[in-house]
Amino acid sequence: MKSAVITFPGSNREGDVIRALRRSTGHEPASIWHQDAELPKGTDLVVLPGGFSYGDYLRCGAIAARAPVMDAVRTHAAKGGLVLGICNGFQILVESGLLPGVLMRNAGLKFICKMQHLKVGRSDTAFTSAYHEGQIIKVAIAHGEGNYVADADTIARIEGENRVAFRYCTAKGDTKAGNPNGSLNDIAGIYSEHLNVLGMMPHPENLIETLVGGTDGRGLFESLSTLRGAA
Amino acid sequence: MKARVTVTLKNGVLDPQGKAIEGALKSFGLEGVDSVRQGKVFDIELSLTDKAEAEALLKAAAEKLLANTVVENYRVEILG
Amino acid sequence: MKNTIAITPELVAQHGLKPDEYQRILKLIGREPTLTELGIFSAMWNEHCSYKSSRLHLRGLPTKAPWVIQGPGENAGVIDIGDGLACVFKMESHNHPSYIEPYQGATTGVGGILRDVFTMGARPIATLNALRFGSPDHPKTRHLMSGVVAGIGGYGNSFGVPTVGGQMGFHTRYDGNILVNAMAVGIAKSDEIFYAKATGVGNPIVYLGSKTGRDGIHGATMASAAFDDAADEKRPTVQVGDPFAEKLLLEACLELMQTGSVIAIQDMGAAGLTSSAVEMGAKGDLGIELDLDKIPCREEGMTAYEMMLSESQERMLMVLDPTKEKQAEAIFVKWGLDFAIVGKTTDTLRFVVKHKGEVMADLPIKELGDEAPLYDRPYVETPKRPVLDAKKITSPMSNREALLKLIGSPDLASKRWVWEQYDHLILGNTVQQPGGDSAVVRVGEGPRGLALTSDVTPRYCEADPFEGGKQAVAEAYRNIIAVGGTPKAITDNLNFGNPERPEYMGQLVYCIRGLGAACEELDFPVVSGNVSLYNETNGRGILPTPTVGGVGVIDDVTKSMTLAFKAEDEIIVLLGETTGWLGSSSWLAEIAGREDGAPPPVDLLMEKLIGELVLGLIKDGLVTAVHDLSDGGLAVGVAEMAMAGGVGATIAALPFGLPSHAELFGEDQARYVVTVKNKDALDELSRRVGAVVATGEALVIMTVIGKTGGDALTLPGEMPISLSELHNAHENWLPSYMAGEL
Repeated sequence: MKSAVITFPGSNREGDVIRALRRSTGHEPASIWHQDAELPKGTDLVVLPGGFSYGDYLRCGAIAARAPVMDAVRTHAAKGGLVLGICNGFQILVESGLLPGVLMRNAGLKFICKMQHLKVGRSDTAFTSAYHEGQIIKVAIAHGEGNYVADADTIARIEGENRVAFRYCTAKGDTKAGNPNGSLNDIAGIYSEHLNVLGMMPHPENLIETLVGGTDGRGLFESLSTLRGAA
Repeated sequence: MKARVTVTLKNGVLDPQGKAIEGALKSFGLEGVDSVRQGKVFDIELSLTDKAEAEALLKAAAEKLLANTVVENYRVEILG
Repeated sequence: MKNTIAITPELVAQHGLKPDEYQRILKLIGREPTLTELGIFSAMWNEHCSYKSSRLHLRGLPTKAPWVIQGPGENAGVIDIGDGLACVFKMESHNHPSYIEPYQGATTGVGGILRDVFTMGARPIATLNALRFGSPDHPKTRHLMSGVVAGIGGYGNSFGVPTVGGQMGFHTRYDGNILVNAMAVGIAKSDEIFYAKATGVGNPIVYLGSKTGRDGIHGATMASAAFDDAADEKRPTVQVGDPFAEKLLLEACLELMQTGSVIAIQDMGAAGLTSSAVEMGAKGDLGIELDLDKIPCREEGMTAYEMMLSESQERMLMVLDPTKEKQAEAIFVKWGLDFAIVGKTTDTLRFVVKHKGEVMADLPIKELGDEAPLYDRPYVETPKRPVLDAKKITSPMSNREALLKLIGSPDLASKRWVWEQYDHLILGNTVQQPGGDSAVVRVGEGPRGLALTSDVTPRYCEADPFEGGKQAVAEAYRNIIAVGGTPKAITDNLNFGNPERPEYMGQLVYCIRGLGAACEELDFPVVSGNVSLYNETNGRGILPTPTVGGVGVIDDVTKSMTLAFKAEDEIIVLLGETTGWLGSSSWLAEIAGREDGAPPPVDLLMEKLIGELVLGLIKDGLVTAVHDLSDGGLAVGVAEMAMAGGVGATIAALPFGLPSHAELFGEDQARYVVTVKNKDALDELSRRVGAVVATGEALVIMTVIGKTGGDALTLPGEMPISLSELHNAHENWLPSYMAGEL
């Protein structure tokens, strides 16, 4: 499974996700600069990492979404290629139209960094096959604008098509009580229509070792590493 | 030519920042404040001289970048 | 303002220069200075840049050890941590600007210290901060606190470095002068460290980073000025930080350093272009000629004076290998930063500044630094306070009530509200996050790690500056040992009142001596630091606050230790002597409402012996939890271990023959609480303690004080306190306070 991680000016968790991919797939992901016009041949998975691309200026992810490389990402996604956007990456995906909705300021108005439990949605996707549906996992969050908002029709469609990838919850699985930022329906991550694009606010890439907090994040990368060839 | 684009949240979109600002104003005892919604102002200097051309350009700027039309409205003004 | 404006006494005073300092200038250059030159002197000779009141006394600090690569005098200190790697670190203050504009003052403090680290070629891997605010009752405290915390997070999170630890305290003496001390830690290859010293005549001087504006003109002068009631009018001079620009600058500089084109590099901090250019030339025994027409400006019509004093952020100055200019420029274009050749090195030893064809300044470059005033200010020693007799101090409440009150008191309460606003997980190397004795971060893929801590107890320093200075270093030392680290070096941020007042100058002198004595005995040298004086409002100074930032190395970070109780039925052992010391303690202040008495003395030999003993216990896997004791003494320490581990404990009646509140809350130094699994481990621990005692060097005392287990903490003779009650008392104060509910 060949992966490529895009760095925008201001991205800062590309190292974290590269390490997670390297450990789970055994391959070094390609590093792509935001001004590159094309992705490497044979790329299966494109990753938009966490950070503060363009300093979050104007709106989070707004300027990065209009970067030259995003045309190649759009083409890749249209052909069924896999795209993973984490935190700022999720913000870039919604700004670029690859996923619906908007990520707004946390309801509590403050940046929050802490461990966070999630309830896994469907486990029949390229991203979650190593988890089981309804599994409660502990990963991390670190964001100021993670409040997922969309109009009623969009929410109904996402829910109706079973495209909510993860929901915030407590360690015991209580979603309402476990919501840290006010996201509608406690949504922490969603899929595109064909399930090949995943955007999520939490950071699975920071929970891949017991030493730094836990290993529940591994499942996402292990799911991806079991793929052979382009999706 | 000087122009201004004002971007505001669409009605119905939750604005927790606006709410916090509203609360803070009220806590200063400023009677008469009912509600606050927060937006953005972009002051833009254009090298164009034709008003219609300028408005078209600003509209495109707002649609393409300055406003997230999923949740935001915009207003374009030519100031002079 | 014209360059040849008449220099009046008022103008000199406005520039923060005393009449005799101005006379020194006249004598040095043999004529009246131009306005630009006056500005340059005011920047180079103010307290913040010249250390004129403190450098005489700082000379006594120990700065060397076999592992020290670079001591004080450069942008940051550098120590060897093994495997060809070096740790580059420093702490700096941004006190006065943070009082005026807390968010921006804090952001630019963080930005400045990060630049000091990466200008030496080190990628920042962690930051810490030590904050002191006024009394919680003071009307400005909430506003200042939320602004400072938001600013630190706003900058660090965006830049992309984890903020992993620090200190926060409150006291009425900081009402008009808050303290914001920011520490940055970075890693570099030990043979790829970059210095500020320029070499080679005729080499281009290159400006990189954000454009220059009118930010902070006279910021360095303001940092040295005490506040009066007109402080609010100083607002326009605060600089604004841009973490995104700094992130780009970081990546571009690190890439540039790989190309071999960088001969010397210095960040532009306090006094901006002036201090960086002068220092680069002076260190290399070279002259510098600047052409201000080439400076990238974001404002129109900036004068030479303004360009020389601007403190616009996110800018670096470097001396470049002229054969590599195109390569260097390409990197800056890639990262979208301004890059301009703004001058050259010369062999004249003059600092020459030209603008629009005119010479605006022509000064002797070495003397600008070397001839800065050096003061031996008069000082008086703080009168010694009497040692309080614990038997004469009664407790107004039960120990159970006192413990709950203490762990919910402003200084001791959980600071989770603060550190959950800091990204403390980015880079995936945070082994121990805020809340423990030290932060622990892995270095790269390991196995090595760093233990990082920030410590000082201002009320001890107020009571006895010498003992307080020793204690700050001793506590940093203990906090590093407690997580399994070998203490290596410190950075110090000395925050004091007006040095022109002998009683405050005395505090500075004796705190420095105390720091020095501890650094010497503990093999824990000072490699970098910062001094912030004139922290006073309307004549009243802050508590003397010599903040110590400590760094230790952990050889195998998977074997680092935490303070949480790990399991039921483990034996709790107190190492060190308990004499029930209540003088200047948290208990005395919070429970008895007094701030008197001599502070607990620091026995440096004992600190060393017990420290080495504990480190050995950790390395040999003999203990399961370790916590050093400080504020609140034994009871608070044990409560912290219980809360962290979610495991209760029962403390038996203590055998010290003192009033129980003195035994439980006294703040005797050189003490740790450890847990051992079983009798075998306890016997081995006893044997090791006995071995130390047998050397005759010191009487190390070991006391079994109880057992872990259950879901409550039981103090001798008291009803148990459930873990949830402890937790609520500890966690609720700060969020309730900030929500205005208190």
